[in-house]
Amino acid sequence: MQTVLSIAADSLAYGMVLFIISIGLSVTMGLMKVVNLAHGAFAMIGGYIASYATQQLGLPFGVGIVAAVVGTVLIGIPLERFLYRRIYGAPELTQVLMTIGITFIIIGIANFALGPTLKTIPLPSQLQGPVDLGFRSIAAHKLFAVAVGLVVAAALWFIVERTPFGVRLRASVDDAAMAGALGVRTKMVYAVSFALAIGLAALGGVVGAQLLPIEPYYALHYMVTFLVVVSVGGAGSITGALIAALLLGAVQTTGRYIMPEYGEFFFYLAVIAVVAVFPHGLMGRSK
Amino acid sequence: MSRPIRDLIAVLVLAVVAVVLFFLFPTNLALLTRIVAVMLLVLSLDLVTGFAGVATLGHAALFGAGAYAAGIAAAKFGITDPLLMLAIGAVAGSVAGALSSLVILRGHGLSQLVLSIAVVQLAHEAANKLSAWTGGSDGLSGIAPSALLGMFRFDLFGRTAFIMAVVMLLLVFVILRVVVRSPFGMLCRGIKQDPTRVRAMGAPVYSTLVKMYAIAGAVAGLGGALSAIATKVVGLDSLSFNLSAEALVMLVLGGTGKLFGAMLGALVFVWFEDRISAINPFHWLTVVGVLLVAVVLFAPNGLTGAAEAIWKRLRRARS
Repeated sequence: MQTVLSIAADSLAYGMVLFIISIGLSVTMGLMKVVNLAHGAFAMIGGYIASYATQQLGLPFGVGIVAAVVGTVLIGIPLERFLYRRIYGAPELTQVLMTIGITFIIIGIANFALGPTLKTIPLPSQLQGPVDLGFRSIAAHKLFAVAVGLVVAAALWFIVERTPFGVRLRASVDDAAMAGALGVRTKMVYAVSFALAIGLAALGGVVGAQLLPIEPYYALHYMVTFLVVVSVGGAGSITGALIAALLLGAVQTTGRYIMPEYGEFFFYLAVIAVVAVFPHGLMGRSK
Repeated sequence: MSRPIRDLIAVLVLAVVAVVLFFLFPTNLALLTRIVAVMLLVLSLDLVTGFAGVATLGHAALFGAGAYAAGIAAAKFGITDPLLMLAIGAVAGSVAGALSSLVILRGHGLSQLVLSIAVVQLAHEAANKLSAWTGGSDGLSGIAPSALLGMFRFDLFGRTAFIMAVVMLLLVFVILRVVVRSPFGMLCRGIKQDPTRVRAMGAPVYSTLVKMYAIAGAVAGLGGALSAIATKVVGLDSLSFNLSAEALVMLVLGGTGKLFGAMLGALVFVWFEDRISAINPFHWLTVVGVLLVAVVLFAPNGLTGAAEAIWKRLRRARS
């Protein structure tokens, strides 16, 4: 029983971290139709900035998170303007190649500038240690990850479904030319969505740093994981990404607890099963 | 010029390049043999991606299947004849190709990419788990190929391996020239351009692609078996997502949909990888990254495409 509960707790925390990072990718892939394999690289940049802010500058954890999100967005905006804008609407293969290229460059630079070592982000005292839930105690930073995930899901739903920006975004997605003719500045909408997406990646990178440690190959290690979560959930669907992240997080965590020698075998088996049955993902819209 | 003569010239050019490399770099024959093995992988990828339009990031699964089949045959069953090992590799690659295509062809676009990644990762984890057969993460060792045709032993400098590799590459090249020009090859190109229309014309799409995958698998499996014979070990990296992604990079660098493009891309990529990562592997990553972005932005048809464009412009200037 104890094992079951710890598997459940770890799955939930891990799944939520996957969700926070992947939902940004789901926005770029579902709404902007860009397969951005460099998404993990932005999460990594966020982690590096937070680590630098807290470790070297001695800033508090909260400030570190804000710095990570703002810093990553500032780095991402010129990339969107000069590189990503060229591949909107291009075939998947072109987008994959360009974004793998960007990932490689970021890994190379990160290693050159910051070295190959693992970077830590010290947790504030409130998030250290376990929290007693009555029946069981759970590490506070895991509960924090779950809370952040829920807030992100709710906020994103509100932005897309209930704000004027969300209306413009959905209009641009459905028919960019028509939306443009009606006065929506689609380029601006895309730029803002892109910033939102990589901001979420950075947030997830910091919040999840305890589970997905920050090092130069981070961008490559988890590139596939994030892509898989989005395509299993269905690109562009918030609920889909949440379900997929929790499901795949549970499969991976359970596998690690019970049959570590199988590695990620069952994870990818689950992926094949879901994608073969639902080619557009669990909650995806068919074209 | 008629086609047979052009083909003959192409084969001669390749053979001359191989002979020149053989005498220019006598101490680097192991690297050159590795390049030939990778060329076979990239040629195979070109068949499914460049000619048939299937987007895949998991093509190393077929290469690894060939490598492990040949390696296991030699190390566990004592089948050490190199030609037999190559044949086993080709068959295993072909079977792996046909089987994996059944999964990969279920998806389109993004889901196809994800399925192909899942296939190669699944194969990787399976090979890691079956360590009694594959040696797991230590790699499969104990491969001792006997002399080629009973006469030429595999020497320390890799001369025999290199010559065998080049002869095999030339054979594969000629066969693939025939395949891509055949009505079957044309059908594959048609499917790449518009599968719906091909179906409307009454031609089978799915089974054609499965067949193409089986052919491509044989080519990739040959490459894997060649690398097993030449290096005498098979590692898990021959079955990795990284190798798959690199193969795609090489293909696009050289130019998709052209057999020469696939070979040129592999040659340039592996050669520079060897040189630059000797200095610092991370510099190599940065260089590949810049190269990829540059190719996508400025030379979408790859090196061969850029060369063709320059050639055409020169001809127009002259006339």
